[in-house]
Amino acid sequence: MSNGGVLILGARSDIALAVAHSYAALGHPIQLAARNVQTLQTEKEDLEIRYQVNVSLHNFDVLDLERHADVIEGLPELPEIAVCAVGVLGNQESDEKDILAAAQIMRANFEGPASILAVLANRFEQRGSGVLVGISSVAGERGRATNYIYGSAKAGFTTYLSGLRNRLAKQGVHVVTVLPGFVDTRMTEGLDLPPKLTAQPSEVAAAIVRATRRQKNTVYVKPLWAFILTAIRLIPESLFKKMNI
Amino acid sequence: MKLSGWGKYPVVDCRLSQPRSEKELADTVITSKSIARGNGRAYGDSALSRTNTIDMLKFNHMLSFDPTTGQLVAEAGVLLSDVIAAFLPRGWFPAVTPGTRFVSLGGMAAADVHGKNHHIDGSFGNCVDWLDVMGPDGKITRCSRTENTPLFEWSIGGMGLTGVILRIALRLRPVETGWIRQTTHVAQNLDAAIDLFEKSLDATYSVAWIDCLSTGNALGRSLVMLGEHATRAEMPVKYHATPFPSVTTQKLSVPFNLPGFCLNQYSVRAFNALYYWNGKRGDPTSYVNWNSYFYPLDSVLEWNRIYGRQGFAQFQCVLPLDSARSGLSEMLNNISESGRGSFLAVLKRFGQQHSRFSFPMEGYTLALDFPISDRSVALIRKLGQITADYGGRIYLAKDSIMDAQSVRTMDATRVDEFESLRQHNGAAQRFASAQSERLKL
Repeated sequence: MSNGGVLILGARSDIALAVAHSYAALGHPIQLAARNVQTLQTEKEDLEIRYQVNVSLHNFDVLDLERHADVIEGLPELPEIAVCAVGVLGNQESDEKDILAAAQIMRANFEGPASILAVLANRFEQRGSGVLVGISSVAGERGRATNYIYGSAKAGFTTYLSGLRNRLAKQGVHVVTVLPGFVDTRMTEGLDLPPKLTAQPSEVAAAIVRATRRQKNTVYVKPLWAFILTAIRLIPESLFKKMNI
Repeated sequence: MKLSGWGKYPVVDCRLSQPRSEKELADTVITSKSIARGNGRAYGDSALSRTNTIDMLKFNHMLSFDPTTGQLVAEAGVLLSDVIAAFLPRGWFPAVTPGTRFVSLGGMAAADVHGKNHHIDGSFGNCVDWLDVMGPDGKITRCSRTENTPLFEWSIGGMGLTGVILRIALRLRPVETGWIRQTTHVAQNLDAAIDLFEKSLDATYSVAWIDCLSTGNALGRSLVMLGEHATRAEMPVKYHATPFPSVTTQKLSVPFNLPGFCLNQYSVRAFNALYYWNGKRGDPTSYVNWNSYFYPLDSVLEWNRIYGRQGFAQFQCVLPLDSARSGLSEMLNNISESGRGSFLAVLKRFGQQHSRFSFPMEGYTLALDFPISDRSVALIRKLGQITADYGGRIYLAKDSIMDAQSVRTMDATRVDEFESLRQHNGAAQRFASAQSERLKL
């Protein structure tokens, strides 16, 4: 692979920045897209000093669907790889009562990411090359009382990614679905996470680089998650609905 | 949460905060008595606070680099390993480096670390142009040799007790290659080792590895290793393709705490003898890559686990030049008699040092480590006593054992001045570590 550009959508998150470091270290120019992107100036300079690559900043609001095409037009070059790291956990308990807030969570985790990836998919298809990486979630594998708003949006996103993959497989464009499991980030700060199932952002980034290079379809960062999810999927619904997990 | 230093002793139940912005940092500094913590490479309790241990690793941005002067400005949580990874391929290397590259820049400044070139280049503080320090009121002050000088001078080597070091401007040294031309000399005993050091004062790097269990005429027998940055022209052809070798993927790692009995006087004796004879037999001059030369232990990740779960204690002292021979002999005799052979015993010549609270002084420094036990602790106290008797001092970044009285005996004037500065600017009310409380600093 030549050193094509890498676009990172939702660039402020810990995982997104770790991905930026991993690709910059390999010599790829980096395009960071986020809301209020000028606040990522320090990150840009850090990446440029460390890896001597070009880093550009792009304003991008995942909920502003009408501008998504412009965001992609405004890039210095159409990237070789685009990583969508957008994700908002929300607060399940309060969002259950606040329907508009719940809708925002669903839009930010599904509708928005799907829209920006649609723009990229069309451009990549036209060009006949490129890799789209979607960071989805194990929460989307089965609905649970404690996070089904976020989880259902991620389920939609996972299905969307698999559909895109199916559509683009014959067009030279590859789609990777990443299911990181628990990650030690700002999003999960203060939660008591089991260390064996919790990845560092740098591990997620390494898994993404590897999966992209090897054209993997769906990757778990911690392999144990694959077993856990298989087990969770096998529980009959009649039993599952009474469980607290 | 339970935290410890690199020696895994002591383990202290600490409140840990992980600020991500200056504001979050200021909020935590002004609300509780705090100590900043970098990458946890101080051996003892220097970076532990029950009330508020501030994890600085989120402040990990490089802010600017000037290729004409080699000055790098970076946040305190940047690791030295990252600096090397970024700049060695461009022909720059840290001007002063300790024996591990997994230290944070903030920790390096706070402990004013030294390397094998202290006799020529001095300690880390010498290559620091300025610091940004967050004081007890949460305000950030830039200090240097010309601006807010007292804060600068006491923060270098001040163990984080003057405030939180937030940003550092440091100068790197230009190098032509990442290789070191190493020459190894055998010293039959301590006197011979010291003679070798005194003869080799113009060598850029020098360090001796001592077999601590040798006795009698062979007391202090050692391998003295000298090093120079290799130039491109002198490198053997086979290395021309890789003037700046990178760290290969590290596979060696100690996967769990070894049971304590694995390290005893017989195993250490065998290891020491092997190491010594190996060094004696080999070609005296060789080209060693930067990583194996400066950071031999870094290639065994988590090597601190070899001492078992109970951990280990380091002891490092420096003795002034004129009393070094007799003081070191007394120490080595004590160590040898105790049979508690240190796994690593390192001797190094220090050059002159002008600083307010840093460890080095002109003379000889001896570093040892011991698995934690009552007998080791007693031996370390004894070595501390000898240090005081000979007018030396101990290295706070390694210490977990000493008491307030012995440190005051070694360093009364400096400790008093440090205390009055901390009282005067309010740092004493805001910054404390488990170590500073133990030593009443």
